[in-house]
Amino acid sequence: MSDTKSQQWPLWEIFIRGQHGASHRHVGSLHAPDAELAIKHARDVYTRRKEGVSIWAVPTTAIAASNPDQKGQLYDPSDNKPYRHPTFFDIPKEIGGM
Amino acid sequence: MTDAVFEYLLRLGDNSLILGHRLSEWCGTSPILEEDIAISNTALDFIGQTQLWLGLAAERANDGRSADDLAMLRDAWDFRNILLVEQPNGNFGDTMMRQYLFDAWHVLILHGLCQSADTEISAIAQKVVKEVQYHIERSRDLVIRLGDGTAESHAKMQAALDRLWPFVGEMFHVDTVERDLIDRGIIPNVADLRGSFDAHVNDTLAQATLVKPASDFAHLGGKSGVRHSEHLGHLLTQMQWLQRAYPGATW
Repeated sequence: MSDTKSQQWPLWEIFIRGQHGASHRHVGSLHAPDAELAIKHARDVYTRRKEGVSIWAVPTTAIAASNPDQKGQLYDPSDNKPYRHPTFFDIPKEIGGM
Repeated sequence: MTDAVFEYLLRLGDNSLILGHRLSEWCGTSPILEEDIAISNTALDFIGQTQLWLGLAAERANDGRSADDLAMLRDAWDFRNILLVEQPNGNFGDTMMRQYLFDAWHVLILHGLCQSADTEISAIAQKVVKEVQYHIERSRDLVIRLGDGTAESHAKMQAALDRLWPFVGEMFHVDTVERDLIDRGIIPNVADLRGSFDAHVNDTLAQATLVKPASDFAHLGGKSGVRHSEHLGHLLTQMQWLQRAYPGATW
């Protein structure tokens, strides 16, 4: 372990689909040498209390992220535009949840 | 008290108790966080299995002792675990090799016990076998990766195999206790499972580029209780000290 930095396993982002959830949700990240062990580690780290029924592991380096410095220009313009929320329609009961 | 079923339940329960305790010794000291959590998970699986097996043992003995009493108030000579599981953890590779050799036997014996004529034994085996299938997937994978890894990891895994192989024979040794239970259809004949075990181990070792020791010499005396290694006593002082120092303590 003389050169710990170069021996560090790559980082993986873990997504879990819960018992009743329809979509996988990001739950955290962990280190693993490859995809197979990333799934095994995720099973042990994130599903030991029966949190999920399906696991995705994605190399952290494969994730493209928006630039936090552009927060203003990216997100501020959507402030105060309530007309963009479809909350002004009366939905018939028969339709149920949307 | 010398009932064969009770004896055999102690063997199953003590195997999982002692191995579970050994694995728990890694908690907080594993080489990497993810393995620390995985190994502690496995340790807890084994403690859960212990509750089932020793719980049934206590029920069958019906002498006022609970599963906790069996776990915490017996001394070394009353333990019935195989010698393999009481061996010290050594390095991470030693622990994984010990785990793989145990898992390869464990999964076979549990599949056999699923067919037990004793319905309570078969019910426990069916419940437990799923998590044990995961155990062997994990330990086999790590044995292959470390064996077929760097020169250093390969050397450590070969040394682990050479050191632990003499403890494999005891798992397949049929004594009078087991003979009696085999005849009554309560347990499988473990000697018949040796072929499957060898096939699995040979395949794993080939992929791991490890060489199985030529000698089949086997240390015996764990599951009969007559010749435990010195390591068991040291383990028990750690595992049992709280109940010994504060009898009946609960939380």
